[in-house]
Amino acid sequence: MRRVKHTSINRAARVGIPVFPGAFAIGISFGVLARTEHFSSVAALVMSATTFAGSSQIAAVTLLGGGGTVAAAIVAALLLNSRYAPIGISVARAFQGRLPKRFVEAQLVVDESWALGNGDRSLILGIGAILWVLWVGGTAIGLALGSVIGDPSRYGIDGAFAALFVALLATQVGTRTRRTVAFLGAAIAAVLTPFTPAGVPIVVATAAVLVGWRRP
Amino acid sequence: MSDAWVVVLVVGVGTMLLKAVGPVGLAHRELPPRAERLLDLVAPAILAALVVTETFASGRSLVIDARLAGAGAAVLLVLARAPYWLIVICGALATAGVRALH
Repeated sequence: MRRVKHTSINRAARVGIPVFPGAFAIGISFGVLARTEHFSSVAALVMSATTFAGSSQIAAVTLLGGGGTVAAAIVAALLLNSRYAPIGISVARAFQGRLPKRFVEAQLVVDESWALGNGDRSLILGIGAILWVLWVGGTAIGLALGSVIGDPSRYGIDGAFAALFVALLATQVGTRTRRTVAFLGAAIAAVLTPFTPAGVPIVVATAAVLVGWRRP
Repeated sequence: MSDAWVVVLVVGVGTMLLKAVGPVGLAHRELPPRAERLLDLVAPAILAALVVTETFASGRSLVIDARLAGAGAAVLLVLARAPYWLIVICGALATAGVRALH
């Protein structure tokens, strides 16, 4: 049993290598940001440990720090994370066991572990667990180093996000149907962005899967 | 309780519930083949949407800024079959480089 677990974490570490540095770097920048927006260190760490979703955390902290209301920060962050409903449904088949176990394991299904794990439960959980440690650890380092590091956007962290999703998408477009779905999803997101709050375009883009209604 | 803590707790609990929807609500269930086929297509749809929003979205506007250099570098490196970590690092460097030029 131990041996099995050991191998599956090794495998997750190998498959996940490309996404680990990015998550760590973004974790650090979240810590830096939280400090400059007057979040207490404990609050920032609790947020990273529970929410564990980069863009929503950055949006919430930025909104609140910029004078936005509590309600605006909460709604923006939860809309950004609403994609986790369809994401979780798409891998639900792989999850077994009792409810509390499934609830805890579901927390490790994040963008990168979901995309790289491709429905393989042990890979998703392994990559997700490593990402969680890097994310919370990165947040702590960012909080500690805050003033030394300065504005994270100087290092192109936001561009790394864009590059990360390009690289993840490239692993998912092997057939003509999947490429059609990707184009349609991108188009829906682009068209809706000016008209809806952030996060909504991503969830509505899921409708692009209807392309597969007839074709296998 | 401070505003920050209200946001931390509500967003934390809300996100945990959103993540649990599939694995808690639908685990074990046999789905019809068509549903399985559609769920299999969720990844390209959502990842393509994320490429668009992470590259072009700024609030509710679509803008062209330094992030496009990062995404463009990533596309070229994907076509060149570069390893994944290199793609992400070059995405950051290209973005930071273009930003520094301005």
